[in-house]
Amino acid sequence: MADASYPDDLLYHPEHDWVRLEGDTATFGITWFAQDALGEVVFFEPPEVGSTVSKDEPYAEVESVKAVSDVIAPMSGEIVEVNTALSDKPEAINEDPYGDGWLARVKLSDPSEKDDLLDAATYSKSLS
Amino acid sequence: MGGAQYSVLCREDGGVLDDLFTYRTAPDRFLTVTNASNHDKDLAWFQAHAGDFDAEVHDAHDRYAMLAVQGPRAREIVQAMADAPLPNRFTTATRLLCGRSALVCGTGYTGEDGVEILSDPADAAPLWDELTRRGAVPAGLAARDTLRLEVCFHLYGNDLMEERGPIEAGLGWCCKEDTGFIGADAVRAVREAGPGEKLVPFTVTAAGIARQGNPVIGGGEVTSGTLSPCLGVGIGMAYVPAERAQPGTELEIDVRGKVRPAVVGTKPLYRKENDG
Repeated sequence: MADASYPDDLLYHPEHDWVRLEGDTATFGITWFAQDALGEVVFFEPPEVGSTVSKDEPYAEVESVKAVSDVIAPMSGEIVEVNTALSDKPEAINEDPYGDGWLARVKLSDPSEKDDLLDAATYSKSLS
Repeated sequence: MGGAQYSVLCREDGGVLDDLFTYRTAPDRFLTVTNASNHDKDLAWFQAHAGDFDAEVHDAHDRYAMLAVQGPRAREIVQAMADAPLPNRFTTATRLLCGRSALVCGTGYTGEDGVEILSDPADAAPLWDELTRRGAVPAGLAARDTLRLEVCFHLYGNDLMEERGPIEAGLGWCCKEDTGFIGADAVRAVREAGPGEKLVPFTVTAAGIARQGNPVIGGGEVTSGTLSPCLGVGIGMAYVPAERAQPGTELEIDVRGKVRPAVVGTKPLYRKENDG
C-alpha cells in the first residue's frame, strides 16, 4: 500500500490498531503506520478462536524480516474468528491493512471501551 | 602484497575478541578492519602486545570510511569508475575512483561478488552519490543480515563472542596453531579434544522465524536468525551440543514459548547456483 490512509469509519488505538465496530462484535487490524514501520510482514501468529483478549494487552504477533512485534488488543472480548488466509499470504497486512489484512474478529465483552479509542483525525494527528 | 585474509583475534584462553579482515597494503604494512563496536578493545589489545614484536600499531579509524558494493553488477559499476582493473577476490589495490584515491578490496559480507571501498571519509559521500547514480541501491542492515546468514557468515556479538572459541564457531580453518598466535595452545586443545558445542546453520521446517536468544530444546541457543528471502523460510545459526551438530539432525527451538521444528543444515544454506 503506497500511501498512508486512516479511514474515517474506523476507530483507532494508540498502539496502532484499528477497530471496525459491528454491533457487539468488532474486527481488529493494524494501521497503515504500523505495517509501514514493520516492513514486509512475513508471518502472522494468530490468537486461538475462543480465547479471550484484554484491552491494551498483546493478543497476536506479526513478524517482519527485521523484527517480531506484539499486536495490542484495542478492546476486550472473545476471539470468534481469525484471518486464516494470512498464514499463506501475510503480506496482505501490508497491501491491504484495512481489508484483506484484517487480523481477528472479537465478540466484545465491554462495547463501551470504544469511548477510549481515537477517531481517524485524532489518531493520524498523533503520528505527526 | 595486496592480499586479504579473514581471521579471528583470540585471547590467551582462545575466546574470540573479534573477527577481522586484514589487508597487506605494503610488504611491511597491514591494515586490519575491526568491527566498529570492538574497535577500542581491539586497538588496546594490539597496543598491549605490540611491544613483544618489531611492530608499530597506529589507529586508522578516522582515516577511512568503508562502502561495500556487493551483488552481480557491483564490479561492473565500480570498474566503470576506476582508473585500472579492479583487484580480484581476496586481494586489494589502490585505485582512483572518479579521481578519488581509494583502497579497493575484493571482499564482502554478502556471499555475492563485489568490492569493499576504503576511502578518505571526505570522499565517501561523493563516492556514494556516484555509485547510486550508476545504479547501486542502498541496502540496510536487515537486508545485509539476510544475505550473510544465507551464506552462514558469522556476526560478532551474535555468533562470535569472547566466551566462545574459534573451533566451536566453525572457524578452525582460519587458525594455524603452529604459528603460535595468542591463544594457539587453547585452540589446539579444543581442536584435539573436540568442542562441547558447535555452531550449526539451521532451517526452520515450519512457519516462523527463530531469532537470537531463542533456546534450543535439549541444550544450546540460537545466535542469529532471520527469514531467508531466497529460501522463503526461517534460517539461522545456533550453538548446539556437538553430538547434535550433524547435518540432518532435527532440532526443536523455543520461539517465545512456542516450539518450532528445525533441521541442522550445511554451509552455505543458500547457494546462488541452486536458484533455477
